[in-house]
Amino acid sequence: MEKTINIKVKVWRQAGPKAKGHFETFELNNISTDSSFLEMIDVLNEKLISERREPIAFDHDCREGICGMCSLYINGHPHGPDDEITTCQLHMRKFKDGETITIEPWRSAAFPVIKDLMVDRRAFDKIIQAGGFISVNTGGVPDANAIPIPKKNADLAMDAASCIGCGACVAACKNGSAMLFVSAKVSQLALLPQGQVEAARRAKAMVAKMDELGFGNCTNTGACAAECPKGVKLSNIARLNREYLCAKLKD
Amino acid sequence: MAKKQNIIDEAKEAIQKAAETVTETVKDVVEDEKTQKIVKQVKQTAEKVADKVQEIIDAPETKEAADALKDAAGKVADAVKAAVSGKSEKIITPKDAKIPEGPLAEKWTNYKAHQKLVNPANKRRLDIIVVGTGLAGASAAASLAEMGFNVLNFCIQDSPRRAHSIAAQGGINAAKNYQNDGDSVYRLFYDTIKGGDYRAREANVYRLAEVSNNIIDQCVAQGVPFARDYGGLLDNRSFGGAQVSRTFYAKGQTGQQLLLGAYSALSRQIGKGTVKMYSRYEMLDVVVIEGRARGIIARNLVTGRIERFFGHAVVIGTGGYGNTFFLSTNAMASNGSVAMQIYRKGAYFANPAYAQIHPTCIPVHGDFQSKLTLMSESLRNDGRIWVPKKLEDAKALQAGKLKGRDIPEEDRDYYLERRYPAFGNLVPRDVASRAAKERCDAGYGVNSTGLAVFLDFSDAIKRLGKDVVAAKYGNLFQMYEKIVDENPYEDPMMIFPAIHYTMGGIWVDYELQTSIKGLFCIGEANFSDHGANRLGASALMQGLADGYFVLPYTIQNYLSDQITVPRMSTDLKEFADAEKAVEAKISKLMGIQGKRSVDSIHRELGLVMWDFVGMGRTAEGLKTALVKIKEIKKEFWSNVYIPGTAEGLNVELEKALRLADFIEIGELMARDALNREESCGGHFREEYQTPEGEALRQDDKFSYVSCWKYQGEDQEPELIKEPLDYEFVQRQTRNYKA
Repeated sequence: MEKTINIKVKVWRQAGPKAKGHFETFELNNISTDSSFLEMIDVLNEKLISERREPIAFDHDCREGICGMCSLYINGHPHGPDDEITTCQLHMRKFKDGETITIEPWRSAAFPVIKDLMVDRRAFDKIIQAGGFISVNTGGVPDANAIPIPKKNADLAMDAASCIGCGACVAACKNGSAMLFVSAKVSQLALLPQGQVEAARRAKAMVAKMDELGFGNCTNTGACAAECPKGVKLSNIARLNREYLCAKLKD
Repeated sequence: MAKKQNIIDEAKEAIQKAAETVTETVKDVVEDEKTQKIVKQVKQTAEKVADKVQEIIDAPETKEAADALKDAAGKVADAVKAAVSGKSEKIITPKDAKIPEGPLAEKWTNYKAHQKLVNPANKRRLDIIVVGTGLAGASAAASLAEMGFNVLNFCIQDSPRRAHSIAAQGGINAAKNYQNDGDSVYRLFYDTIKGGDYRAREANVYRLAEVSNNIIDQCVAQGVPFARDYGGLLDNRSFGGAQVSRTFYAKGQTGQQLLLGAYSALSRQIGKGTVKMYSRYEMLDVVVIEGRARGIIARNLVTGRIERFFGHAVVIGTGGYGNTFFLSTNAMASNGSVAMQIYRKGAYFANPAYAQIHPTCIPVHGDFQSKLTLMSESLRNDGRIWVPKKLEDAKALQAGKLKGRDIPEEDRDYYLERRYPAFGNLVPRDVASRAAKERCDAGYGVNSTGLAVFLDFSDAIKRLGKDVVAAKYGNLFQMYEKIVDENPYEDPMMIFPAIHYTMGGIWVDYELQTSIKGLFCIGEANFSDHGANRLGASALMQGLADGYFVLPYTIQNYLSDQITVPRMSTDLKEFADAEKAVEAKISKLMGIQGKRSVDSIHRELGLVMWDFVGMGRTAEGLKTALVKIKEIKKEFWSNVYIPGTAEGLNVELEKALRLADFIEIGELMARDALNREESCGGHFREEYQTPEGEALRQDDKFSYVSCWKYQGEDQEPELIKEPLDYEFVQRQTRNYKA
């Protein structure tokens, strides 16, 4: 049965990339515990609009946990307190009546704030552009069943490929490292015969781009994998290190 | 006697004239059925006149005879008039649609063999704008750039990887026949035509089935981790509307993996500099110069700046318009605005009424609801759909006094298995949705609102074990549990139909070109391949077919004579005018300063659409919808409130611009649904059903594509018909019972 709670939300407000930000606190009553976290923000925004104030800017799109657009650092956790889900799948039943909920944007040098809770994650696209692909043009490829791939490898590749590129790993990392993101793509492609041809080049190019864009170094704290909404595993970072090392040794 | 002769002469002359007019009138009218009928009618009337004249010669001169003659002459005039108006009813012929000659299986091969190409040196001199980065947009942008064209690619999200294709769960169809279960290109073609309730174009669908196999090869080469068997070869499952297993999948995230494949190909080209990517940009108009699309006007969503872009050709891949209903499975930013922009510039909007209502979505649970979540159709492979047999059980479920698992097997009504023994739980989506509505309307709904049915896995868990079920559907079960807070391994899922996909869209010819030269439309945004109902796992197939394997060919046929056209300046008057119109619209919206938020008006529109233009439509309901939508339009344009300014990021302004178009689409959908006096696929008119409640097509009257042509603000659009003459497939009543 539907329950409602009264909450306070403490939200980061920032007018633009260069503006100084601050927290603003709002009271919200009768929030249904069946509503999603983003629906709670919708309610808040409707309230702000009715008071002729500017609504809170935040990124979101599919609202079913797959596009990677929603972000939000909630009570100190990327995508909030629940495990293995994105903010859009988080529901208000995870919060208590009377609770104050703190909402911040991703905090990372490589992800500058655009407005309020919205950040610029184009750095991730640039890393993929540096090598996160297999160099095949459209057409002229072999039959899909021409190369059998062991089920185990295909499954591991699929697990790595589950990454939604949301940036929670970077937000969770005290160093602001993108290693989990990079390793997920490198692992996916290195595990498949199709991707092995240019595996060395890929690992080097993507790591170099990551360093260039201002992401931090990895110190193996594991915060990234703990907060990843898709459960991308730390073992991918180990695989990336192996791939990278082998590539460097070949130079 | 002389008088008699005069009458005869006059009559002869009249007949002569009438005959001439008829000949003149029908001279260049195509040989469609209706015109033929009229011509026949005119001829018959003329013969009658001749008979009358004959009578006059034989009979004494009487006033009656003269009157009869006049009467007959009048009939000739009417018939001629009818013939003239028959001519003004425009028809799109297969020739207009550029459908190649020849047997079905050879059309695409013949087309490719004879089409014009652009040589590599000239490709570099041509700019192509691609709007959208979903499966269709990203695959097209990447493929065109690989070939050597300069591509400008736009998306509204922060990254091209976010497009809503990413949310497709279940899979992608292809006629590989890896399972050796009797699949073939023809069978995939036939299933798609039949699934679409015989309202799709044969030639396009056949081509789609033909290239389906290339898509799987391409994706595997890109590193898409499709599910595999222990032998290392690709696995398949089956989907609604098919009796073979032809669906390739990557867990419940097939759309994500295919999109990331296309995104990686696109990223490779961006890295090479052959694609210039514009993310967080929203197209606001197309620029047409001397009848050809030559660019777009777009708003930088971060700075608010309106910018102009030139392209030798423009490709639209901006998806469907399901969000007209406010609540749908579409992403929050999915919209139909680009379709409406190009519609207003002259592109035909085809079959707007064909919207797909997906049977397996998580039911609505509150007024705050912002969107609906789909549970993949693949669940129907192992899940069984049921409601209680007894009304008192349904009442107890609605009151929360019983749980699904409390109801004994013999008191369950597996209504899909009961009604459709041959296809059972795997009937096509429209059939499954209507069957759920029928049970809920009869009072057998199973949740507190009475608007849900069960999707039960207890048999599958018994048969396969929990682990196997978890391996197949684990992520979907997890998603369900997070949203609903119930464990689907123990209690059956509750599901209800929701708006999911729009088969209708911008009209395109065989080359995927719209009725505006140089303007192409691909993926869900066009109307072409799914007829009145799309089969599961066919959207991904069509998006990628268009982007990888069709458009990169056909667009060259257009561009081959554009190689001498220099890049145009965006200072041209046409660009300036288009920009000015966009700015005027934005300042008008900002200036309203009313009392209502965009979402509150959008919700209102959504309710009208769901109630009157949803699963069951009636003439009366659709007329009501048209009145109500007009009222909503008035309310929107006089009472909406958009905070902030047009400069800089303003999400409410973005939403308002989209809602302005959703209102117009809603009207067009209702108008089209009202015109189509039959039930077919996703379009169900309650007046047209069999005694068993199945859809009843009216092939003699409505076997055509409805193409709507814009006639100006608040003017009724003109209806142009593209008759669907089935050359290769025999039209039948869809039967999923036996």
